[in-house]
Amino acid sequence: MLTGLRADAITAGYDPRHPVLTDFSLTVHSGQTFGLAGPSGSGKSTLARVLALLHKPFAGTVHLDGVPVTGFRQRAPRAQRTRIGVLFQQPRLSVDPRMTLRTAIAEPLRANGRPADRVDELAELVMLTPELLVRRPHEVSDGQLQRACLARALALRPGYLVCDEMTTMLDASTTAALVNVIRDYQRQTGAGVLAISHDTVLLDHWADHVVTLDNATAGN
Amino acid sequence: MVNELVLDHLSVRFALPGKFSLPGATVAAVNDVSLRIRPGECVALVGESGCGKTVLANALLGFLPGNAQTSGTATLTGDGPSLDLLTTSDTVLATTVRGRRIGLIPQSPAAHLTPVRTARAQLEEAVRVHHPTDTAPRDHAHRVAARAGLSPDDLDRYPHELSGGMAQRVANALALVGDPWLLIADEPTTGLDRHLVDGLIEEFRRMVADGRAVLLITHDLAAAQRIADRIAVMYAGRIIEIGPTRKVLEVPRHHYSRGLVDALPDRAFTPIPGQPPLLTDLPAGCSFAPRCDQAAPVCAERPTLTDDDHAVACHLPC
Repeated sequence: MLTGLRADAITAGYDPRHPVLTDFSLTVHSGQTFGLAGPSGSGKSTLARVLALLHKPFAGTVHLDGVPVTGFRQRAPRAQRTRIGVLFQQPRLSVDPRMTLRTAIAEPLRANGRPADRVDELAELVMLTPELLVRRPHEVSDGQLQRACLARALALRPGYLVCDEMTTMLDASTTAALVNVIRDYQRQTGAGVLAISHDTVLLDHWADHVVTLDNATAGN
Repeated sequence: MVNELVLDHLSVRFALPGKFSLPGATVAAVNDVSLRIRPGECVALVGESGCGKTVLANALLGFLPGNAQTSGTATLTGDGPSLDLLTTSDTVLATTVRGRRIGLIPQSPAAHLTPVRTARAQLEEAVRVHHPTDTAPRDHAHRVAARAGLSPDDLDRYPHELSGGMAQRVANALALVGDPWLLIADEPTTGLDRHLVDGLIEEFRRMVADGRAVLLITHDLAAAQRIADRIAVMYAGRIIEIGPTRKVLEVPRHHYSRGLVDALPDRAFTPIPGQPPLLTDLPAGCSFAPRCDQAAPVCAERPTLTDDDHAVACHLPC
């Protein structure tokens, strides 16, 4: 049952004396897109990492479909970890340079002991042609690599997708293409999306509602 | 003599060594680009990633790798001797062109600075190199920094202590030390916040008002719209449309430019179908034809760029 990905009174950061986020709450409802805007340093990426279970908050809880999350990073239970897909700003830093795109897209399937036979279907979903799948990251453009990252993020059919500045490196056409892929996926599966960007024009047209983090609501 | 940069049928090709996945192939990264840049204007070169924008900039600065083959000319005239940038030796480029006649504003400025030295040390070094007779390089560095919006205290910081906006200003100051008339900015707005983009755009407008020229390389149409006097749209290594910014964005004549404009979130937010062609295997005719909904038999022949104020390379323009 998809009831939402909820951050409840989260205080997080990298130094307990100076948290980046203080007592912050938000809920990403299933089927909806929650837009989060704000300048750099306002804690957007920290929140993305907390909600993707990649960073342990100092205080507060993350609830996944009503169940509190008990561990973060490698301590996150596999069943919870695989319910959330993540996309980062820099696709080049998110893919092992030694892997072909095909291997990269299949990585989550292999890591979870599932057959890797869905790769072609996933590649088609993000409009990657077969001749691109045999290439390595340095042989494709940023836009093509981000398409592969989206295919990889959708491989385990996550209930939630955290997109942290996913479109920054992309041109207008690729941005529109990837947002449309995510919207189609949401229509089919009822997934919830957290869309983080400093581009408020983009969020106004992408998200169902937008919240702006500023330095007053975050940190001290 | 008037400062001017004239590109005439500039092409860049890369021969791929046989042992890689595309044996013996040639990458046609830049094809037949002709463009004229003069002081007092900002020209934006826009297009998808991988369309050859950055290769073109690198060709002008002499930063191409050894396997690149160039043809055509890129003639730089004005203060100093007239040079073809494609055939000039690296020594001449390094001692008379880079930083002096053409400045570079890099992408991600914080990564471009030396991490182990303060902003002041790097700026003073640039002053000493460009103005060896100046007896007070520190004061000179402060003047350049002030022009870029930095206080002397800011200069005491190391790159990791600079915010994104300050690092950008240090990069701008470094580019201006040698007083070049042409600045090449490669994706300068990528990853910057709204208010930093606003500040940078204001800075570029000031440089143009000072009689410099800016060649802005970007995939960000919204930024190009706010800075550029002219926009050149590049597709698969070719300029397929060039004209005054307002005309290109409001009444695009090439179907690719129209597709890019329609992809903006505040327009139709629809992607252009298909993918750009492989630069190793470009179609013989119009390279956009395989993705174009208006393609006709005539598109099997390569269209040439028209010779008017708002030029387009299309047999059946919008």
